[in-house]
Amino acid sequence: MRAYAIRRFLLIIPTLFIITAILFLLFQIIPGDVVDLIVARQTWQQEVGTESEVSPEAVREALGLDVPVHIQYIRWMGGIFRGDFGRSMYHDRPLLEDLKTRIPVTFELSLFSLILSILCSVPIGIYAAIRQDTIGDYIGRSLSILFLAIPAFWVATLVMVYPALWWEWSPPVEYIPLAEDFWGNIGQFLIPALILGMFTSGGLMRVTRTMMLEVLRQDYIRTAWSKGLRERLVILRHAVKNTLIPVITIAGGMIPTLLGGSVIIEQIFALPGMGRYLLSAVIQRDFLIVAGWNLIMSAFVMIIIVLTDLAYAYVDPRIRYR
Amino acid sequence: MSVEETTIELKAAPAYRRHGLFAEVFIRLFREKPLGVVGLVIVSILFIVGIFANFIAPEKGTADSPGYNVIHLADRLHPPSAEYPLGTDQLGRDILSRIIYGARLSMIVGVVATAIHTVISTAIGMACAYFGGKFDILVQRFVDAWICFPGLVILITLMAIIGPGLLQILLVLGISGGIAASRFSRSLVFAIKENQYVYASEAIGARAGRVMLRHLLPNIMPMVIVLFSINMGGMILTEASLSFLGLGLPPPYPSWGGMISGEGRSNMLLAPWMMLWPGAVLSLVVFGINMFGDALRDLLDPRLRGGLGTYRLDKVEKMAAKMKARIEKQQAQK
Repeated sequence: MRAYAIRRFLLIIPTLFIITAILFLLFQIIPGDVVDLIVARQTWQQEVGTESEVSPEAVREALGLDVPVHIQYIRWMGGIFRGDFGRSMYHDRPLLEDLKTRIPVTFELSLFSLILSILCSVPIGIYAAIRQDTIGDYIGRSLSILFLAIPAFWVATLVMVYPALWWEWSPPVEYIPLAEDFWGNIGQFLIPALILGMFTSGGLMRVTRTMMLEVLRQDYIRTAWSKGLRERLVILRHAVKNTLIPVITIAGGMIPTLLGGSVIIEQIFALPGMGRYLLSAVIQRDFLIVAGWNLIMSAFVMIIIVLTDLAYAYVDPRIRYR
Repeated sequence: MSVEETTIELKAAPAYRRHGLFAEVFIRLFREKPLGVVGLVIVSILFIVGIFANFIAPEKGTADSPGYNVIHLADRLHPPSAEYPLGTDQLGRDILSRIIYGARLSMIVGVVATAIHTVISTAIGMACAYFGGKFDILVQRFVDAWICFPGLVILITLMAIIGPGLLQILLVLGISGGIAASRFSRSLVFAIKENQYVYASEAIGARAGRVMLRHLLPNIMPMVIVLFSINMGGMILTEASLSFLGLGLPPPYPSWGGMISGEGRSNMLLAPWMMLWPGAVLSLVVFGINMFGDALRDLLDPRLRGGLGTYRLDKVEKMAAKMKARIEKQQAQK
């Protein structure tokens, strides 16, 4: 087990190298250069008289874009090893400094919606399984497919519009930090987290139902029935416990989906998280920021994947990794 | 010395399967999966509307301005009425017509992007599982790295790099999803490549390509079909999300996601119908595709087949009684 864990963690390193290479190569084919944007901005500033004359070559040199690609790559990697994930070429600020305030927002949103989606999907999934092929099961299954089908951005926009039209209520636009006003912050995150969790809860409902059905066909469940136990005991004590192990680990594996979905939700609800930051960096063609962002996120996702695999092996004694 | 004569009675082989796979699945779908039939109906409507959009839409359009882009500047932000059943947008274009033409786009995205996705994931998965060894390890590290980019993020990044457009979005959705999904087809092929018929084919000198196309592919085909139908909804949804962010199909394309973003959002309080209907249709279509895909998976996935799979004794008894009645009926017919 320990050898397996160490090997899994060591395998992260080559994968991360491949990720950096993919990212860097992708950004070599970018059409609208950040240099053009900066030159355009500075030319404008120069016309209004705040800055001296600029040339594309000077900007290129200042940003370190005048050397061949492989040198750029080595410089970038060297910076990462020293804890410097690159600077925004457009705003001229280091990435880590910007992310410091944004990571907690995205983290809170994702965690909150993960918890909410587990809380609402697992009971429905269990119910659908123990009443297989009844009306309740059909409703539960339709609900899960519906949750997977309704686009979060549409629901989020509806939430912005209809309460405003009907009751003149709209979600707060200004971000409330957790430290300043705890309940205000929770209240602000509740609706975005629910909408973000909708998609995951559809998936989780399905998984819970399938797992539960599998467990219910095991011999020990038949034994429990034949002992004459009441249904409540059979379900709660024997079946649900064994269903929850894989369900919780799969819920952990849904974190990447949540992180991706948070880009849209943050954009709509004006939450100052990582997703919004990425979107503006993408539009400004600030490729070092996008690359650094992707690198940090994918490292995080990889650690989550390894940890869920290990947790699975830890709680389920039947699984032995070598 | 007499030669003993024996007659060998040639019997027809027992009917292993009465119909082809397609017909069998179709019949079972109608018999066992009412929800799947609902899905099938929705998918069929999408295809019919998509193919015949020019005939169905109220706005027929002309050669240089297609039906989804007919502008009535006098009727901007017109609420739903007899003339415009679902209202008009900020340029006075009929929302209903745009939704109908949007069905064609969604159909194209659903079919073409998913086809690219399926071909790529099957090709990578099959090659990795069949060749194995160093090739497999190398490609799998790349796939591992690809999977670690969180969901939508890699698509946003890619679309930003190559720019918006229909061809671009088809390629990005298909290729990026296909690389990630190749793990699944790889595991499928791993399960069947140790079969005797694969060795037999190799023994008579079949080349790798022939083994893969003639022996491996047909055996994973049911699961490939299931994957296709399950991924289609996701593809349409992802295209809508990207168009919503302004990175998918550029205006004036009537993409359902695009109709909710941009002008739809800036006029959302004045003209809520602009974003209400495209989203509703989008949800309904993806819902239908997923229902159909689910039913198809239940019918085709060998791991989910099986008869008396229930824990409740009363149900087992009911099923047993049903089977008994059927057997008696058959005997009575004889």
